[in-house]
Amino acid sequence: MGGTSSKLPKDLLSEYQELTFLTKQEILMAHKIFSELQDRENGLYSSRVSMEKILTLPELKSNPFRKRICHVFSTSDMKDGSLSFEDFLDLLSAFSDSATLEIKSHYAFRIFDFDDDGTLDARDLEKLVNSLTGETDDTRLTGEEMRQLISNILEESDIDKDGTVNLSEFQHVISRSPDFVSSFKIVL
Amino acid sequence: MLIYLKTFFFVGKDNEFSLYYVEVEENSQGGQEKQTTRDGKRRRERNGEVSRRRASEKRTTEVDTKRAEKKHEKRHKTARKEGEKHEKRQRRKNSKSESDSAPESKDNQAVGVLGSLTPEELEKLKEAVDERKKLIATMRGKPWPMKKKLVVLSCVLSQGVTGVFIISFLYYSNCQKWMKFQRDFENFKTACIPWEMKIKEIESHFGSSVASYFIFLRWMYGINMILFGLTFGLVMVPEALMGKPYGSIPRKTVPREEEASAMNFAILWDFGGYAKYSVLFYGYYNSQRAIGWLKFRLPLSYFLVGVGTVAYSYMVVIRTMARNANEEGGGDDTSFNFSWKTFTSWDYLIGNPETADNKFASITTSFKEAIVEEQESRKDDNIHLTRFLRVLANFLVLCCLAGSGYLIYFVVRRSQKFALLGLENYGWWERNEVNMVMSLLGMFCPMLFDVISTLENYHPRVALQWQLGRIFALFLGNLYTFIIALMDAIQLKRAEEEIVKKNMTIWQANLYNGTVPDNSTAPPITVHPADIPRGPCWETMVGQEFVRLIISDTMTTYITLLIGDFLRAVLVRFLNNCWCWDLEYGFPSYSEFDVSGNVLGLIFNQGMIWMGAFYAPCLPALNLLRLHVSMYLQCWAVMCCNVPQERVFKASGSNNFYMAMLLVILFLSTLPAIYTIVSIPPSFDCGPFSGKTRMFDVIQETLESDFPAWFGKMFSYASNPGLVLPFLLLLVLAIYYLQSTSKTYKRVNMELKKKLQTVSWEVQMYVQMSPTQLKGLSASSFSGVNEESSSIDEAGHHRQAGQNGRFIHPSQSQHTQNSEPPVSSTHTTTRPPASRGHTSSGHLPGHPQQPQKNSHSNRR
Repeated sequence: MGGTSSKLPKDLLSEYQELTFLTKQEILMAHKIFSELQDRENGLYSSRVSMEKILTLPELKSNPFRKRICHVFSTSDMKDGSLSFEDFLDLLSAFSDSATLEIKSHYAFRIFDFDDDGTLDARDLEKLVNSLTGETDDTRLTGEEMRQLISNILEESDIDKDGTVNLSEFQHVISRSPDFVSSFKIVL
Repeated sequence: MLIYLKTFFFVGKDNEFSLYYVEVEENSQGGQEKQTTRDGKRRRERNGEVSRRRASEKRTTEVDTKRAEKKHEKRHKTARKEGEKHEKRQRRKNSKSESDSAPESKDNQAVGVLGSLTPEELEKLKEAVDERKKLIATMRGKPWPMKKKLVVLSCVLSQGVTGVFIISFLYYSNCQKWMKFQRDFENFKTACIPWEMKIKEIESHFGSSVASYFIFLRWMYGINMILFGLTFGLVMVPEALMGKPYGSIPRKTVPREEEASAMNFAILWDFGGYAKYSVLFYGYYNSQRAIGWLKFRLPLSYFLVGVGTVAYSYMVVIRTMARNANEEGGGDDTSFNFSWKTFTSWDYLIGNPETADNKFASITTSFKEAIVEEQESRKDDNIHLTRFLRVLANFLVLCCLAGSGYLIYFVVRRSQKFALLGLENYGWWERNEVNMVMSLLGMFCPMLFDVISTLENYHPRVALQWQLGRIFALFLGNLYTFIIALMDAIQLKRAEEEIVKKNMTIWQANLYNGTVPDNSTAPPITVHPADIPRGPCWETMVGQEFVRLIISDTMTTYITLLIGDFLRAVLVRFLNNCWCWDLEYGFPSYSEFDVSGNVLGLIFNQGMIWMGAFYAPCLPALNLLRLHVSMYLQCWAVMCCNVPQERVFKASGSNNFYMAMLLVILFLSTLPAIYTIVSIPPSFDCGPFSGKTRMFDVIQETLESDFPAWFGKMFSYASNPGLVLPFLLLLVLAIYYLQSTSKTYKRVNMELKKKLQTVSWEVQMYVQMSPTQLKGLSASSFSGVNEESSSIDEAGHHRQAGQNGRFIHPSQSQHTQNSEPPVSSTHTTTRPPASRGHTSSGHLPGHPQQPQKNSHSNRR
């Protein structure tokens, strides 16, 4: 299944169309881009493209969550964030225009869940805020600000007051946001 | 049995298949209890071997298999053979390939079974198939990895081995065709949207606010396309094809004194000469009531197209506004300010490192701002300074506006003086002074406003709206001065026209008396139409003015773009190597894309089109051309010489602001047009309404001559004030009624929202009672597919609580005793509590960080 040769089989293509939010053109485009990434893999033919290669895509290059995105969508056993073509399609589908709020928020939650424990705790939030403010020192928040910010976030969205934000709380918050669906998009 | 169980354990990837057969087998052999005990045994055997995901997968497939079970029991005997056949094949297949489940290969064995089914069974089968189809349809909405989706899909497709399969295949292939068609149609539709890729590219580089301009531009293009179609198809083409040809009557001929220069480029560029006496302008049209063999009512058509253009524009703008308002919905809920800033502020479309840097900076600023606001929400010592600065800024802006207003007034007065003395004595500057001053003001004042608005320190979205409002006021002032000047010119022309009319009779008398003194039987003298004296035709003059304005406006826009953006970018780029300071990040740097200015330019341009289109039918065509060029030129300019804005912000909600301004402009631009149509009599010797006292008399004329008498009578009754006034009253009442109902709806909406909030608080209170137990849940061994959890889920919380033994939801009570509920529970609604509750503390479905060995062992 992971065998992505130069051309995509027709029935597979239609299955992909059925199972993702992508149109035919988008799938073919994705396939083209993916094959290009694959070809650059030196000699060794593999159905997966390593995370480093994926991250060279201009659409992901400047995204602060690029590594997280790869890890979330990767089904690799090695946990190296490498993507097969199907993982890649999953990624594009979740980030596509027509994907539902539910699916977008689900993946957003997993992207923000840095330690993969199923909840957003204070450490996750800190990492998240640090990713959002960039790497440079002049944009980083001070410790005091960070503490204040995280306590504010938890105050707002941690409905069951267990000190963490879980998926349903997260989706609850996200579903009211006017901007989320329009900004949680990646277009190839 | 054992074999199948083993297949379940060892097949791994395709275990859904085998599991299915296991259960079918069990069902056909015995009852339900057996299965449950076996289930339990199986689970004990597995005991932690099978990962959560596997279990959840299994459960979802079981939902489907349950449906099939009954049928299998019924058709036990017939199905048995087929089933076994299939199982063999299936096992072979499993060893052969992982997910090759092409359904085509199986239909031939099942054909015989179809005949043995009764209608009820068929019905049931169809239902089952329907549900399966639903599953397929919802599959894309599930956060599963593709591999799993494919497996489930193939499983679902191949599940019905016997009759189910046949029907599903037939049924499915039929609707597959339909679905394929729908899909192709969708694909086609997306491919048909013009400039979609271009706009998306821009969006990914510059964020949604810049893209919103281009989307607006595209929308405008669509509207102009329709306007152009109307004027071109119903006015210009009929006149050009069926009307009298050029040179047949005076209004269609270049007058003798202009003939020599009529083909000069300068004249043509100014829309004089041949361009003036062509189908492009009002004056060319003949007042002949019906033209050609089609008896096309051109004057009527001209009038109706004029009205229709405006009506259509109103309709489109208002409809779009209403739709946008719907989308905006509930509005400002500020209860999640910080969370939204954290969770949703990153724009994933950003693909440009510079934009990303800017975004980092802006997010940091917004965080800091929010924190500071939160801290200082009570003390407001700084607010006085801000207030003072804002008042100062507004004062400065007002000064600017007043100054520019006076400048325009001054220039217009001067130009009137020039016009009285005759424009021929003056140079190019004097002739174009008004236009130039207006363009220059339109260019520099926005920059000034921009500088002033930095004083105010608003959020960029608010600042953009202020900026838009100010430039709007400026442009509006300009436009109305222009219109007032035009009105003056119209009065002048009409005075001239009176003189010409008088001279005309004298000229005619002279013509007859002078040349043919006494022979009344002689044929009337034919004078070449170019020599006949004619009136000044103020309508064409107005049309020409608008066309010139549009052209000069377009030129200014393009030249500004080329000099201000392109040249600047080139200079900055190449002089940077030999300059004493950093040009790219220092003073001139690259320009930003000016959303507000461009949007307003577009809106005012459109306003002028609406105003002038009645007198110059070529205007929509010109505008279409302009918009088309703009699209490409600006796309190119943005991508090659602009840098993203310093504070990237989202444009949500600004669309309706644009629309509101467009509506205002539309209203303001129809006012003068309607005024001229209604209150100024048309010229006596040019245009489709010549010879009438008012332009709208054409309606009266049509009613009288083209409709039966009773229709005219009815119309006159209908238009008498006694009927019109009650009708107006009724309209007002209807508006009032609709407005009050919408208000009520809004209030109800707010109340519902409040109720929702209180409910969620109540849920909070419930859950708070057992927070410690919730944590303990994470060790629990079951996790489900999070199927339909949307927002916060009340039931989910009840279940959580229920599992801890604190709160026992009535429907869940039977599950609370054991933390591991029976998987084979027959009704699907009381799915094991794992499905939602666990997402809060357990592992996520499809999460890569799940118990490792298991997922590996099952995958391999």
